[in-house]
Amino acid sequence: MDRHDGEWRSRRGILKAAGALAAGCGAAMLVRPARATPASMQIAIRNVVGSAAVQQGKVTLDIPPLVENGSTVAVSVAVESPMTPTDYVKAIHIFTEKNPQPNVISIHLGPRAGRANVATRMRLVDTQKIVAIAELSNGSFWSDTADVIITLGACLEDVI
Amino acid sequence: MKPGITKLGFVRSGALIAVLCIMMMHSTFAEIPLAERRSGYDLLSRETRAMQNDDTANPGMLWVLDGEALWRAKAGTAEKACADCHGDARETMKGIAARYPAFDPARGRPVDLEQRINICRSEQQKAPPFAYESKDLLALTVYVTRQSRGMPIEGAVDERLKPFVDAGRALFTRRLGQLNLTCAQCHDDNWGQKLAGNPLPQAHPTGYPVYRLEWQTVGSLQRRLRNCLIGMRVEPYAYGSPEYVALETFLMWRARGLPVETPAVRP
Amino acid sequence: MARALINVPAKAKRGEVIAIKTLISHEMETGFRHSTIGLPIPRNIITSFVAIYNKEEIFRAELFPAIAANPFITFYTVATESGTIAFEWTGDNGFSATETAAITVE
Repeated sequence: MDRHDGEWRSRRGILKAAGALAAGCGAAMLVRPARATPASMQIAIRNVVGSAAVQQGKVTLDIPPLVENGSTVAVSVAVESPMTPTDYVKAIHIFTEKNPQPNVISIHLGPRAGRANVATRMRLVDTQKIVAIAELSNGSFWSDTADVIITLGACLEDVI
Repeated sequence: MKPGITKLGFVRSGALIAVLCIMMMHSTFAEIPLAERRSGYDLLSRETRAMQNDDTANPGMLWVLDGEALWRAKAGTAEKACADCHGDARETMKGIAARYPAFDPARGRPVDLEQRINICRSEQQKAPPFAYESKDLLALTVYVTRQSRGMPIEGAVDERLKPFVDAGRALFTRRLGQLNLTCAQCHDDNWGQKLAGNPLPQAHPTGYPVYRLEWQTVGSLQRRLRNCLIGMRVEPYAYGSPEYVALETFLMWRARGLPVETPAVRP
Repeated sequence: MARALINVPAKAKRGEVIAIKTLISHEMETGFRHSTIGLPIPRNIITSFVAIYNKEEIFRAELFPAIAANPFITFYTVATESGTIAFEWTGDNGFSATETAAITVE
């Protein structure tokens, strides 16, 4: 799409851009939206955990400490558990502190998982803290946190 | 909401200005010695490399699968599929992408792989050509290029390409845009150093079309070159311009011998 | 239907814990972005992913906009019996995709 040709700066270009947008194919520019805060992350965690205490331990949140691009960050969570029918991990949740919304993913498992280990790729809008919380079959909650620094490449599509 | 300059943006422009000052003081335009050439792969983090290495986890492979389906699909008023003329791409397309852009005698100039696919589409399949950066064109290009994975880039050995390699080199080493920068200043003289937190690659097109994390999709070499030009504050050429094809021809010559990595993953 | 790449081992021993990798093509538009003239781009994401092994649910995930485009999810399961593992993704705007993989358990 010609959306970044010099033309767009002219009036004709802006009208063309508006027309293109109306046709449903406008370009997108990242404008910093309202962010989550550590407080809203705590509220999101409370929604999942209720009034139970969250203890540190059993959970390993693996995420690179320095990331080249926040749009795709590999993250994995492993929870120590024998994964038997009487002692297993019921759920794993990931939260962020500064993304526009604190929830990242909520995973539901059972003893059939064999191993409480999941990996995915997430978005991080800025340098921040990530929290992983595991819920065990006995109703207890365990967590791990990690800090990630986000850098950003030069020479992108949009003039920021 | 006004798009203010974020702290990150400010740091980046500050870093860019600092690099520019250094570059303006001495610009040598020295070509990288052949033995020192490295793919951008070497500068990737462990996790991004893992994403590229694993065919079951590389997002670019989704486009390869789409391309494989398109290769077999009948198209146009001629009702022909690529496979009808070209058979099994794993055999017939081996090594093809490694020698593109290739000289087209009918046009008297090189064409890149995207243009070649569109030429086949309009002349042989009698179907409308794909738009640049359309999902279908990218899928077919990735699929064809993937068949050359691991093979060394041929690098414009065809003598008829020489004037276009020279034209591409002239573009690569010419000061352009509001910042009066040349491509060579970053990618020949300062590769490996950090620009706004990320290391500068030597800029070899070994993995194109590439899954760029910034785009969260697969994109062509021309799209990436447009990003470069925008970063340099140069008015980018339109898709399909002869300037891009000249640059691509030069860049492939400059990367001669390096293996094709498509589909690569880059930040 | 959206393109998906599934990696399930074709064969496993009974009781073995196997890794399953899934990758599906989807832009995961967050709903937080705006166009160049300030109009919000509506959210369009996959919201749920379920894996069912011979009719029993073995994995379920609820996805939010913070999941990167072309969602990649890896998890484990115990190879209990031969059969089919079915994967289902659902999301905004009626998005739905399914894939299956066969597994032979000795």
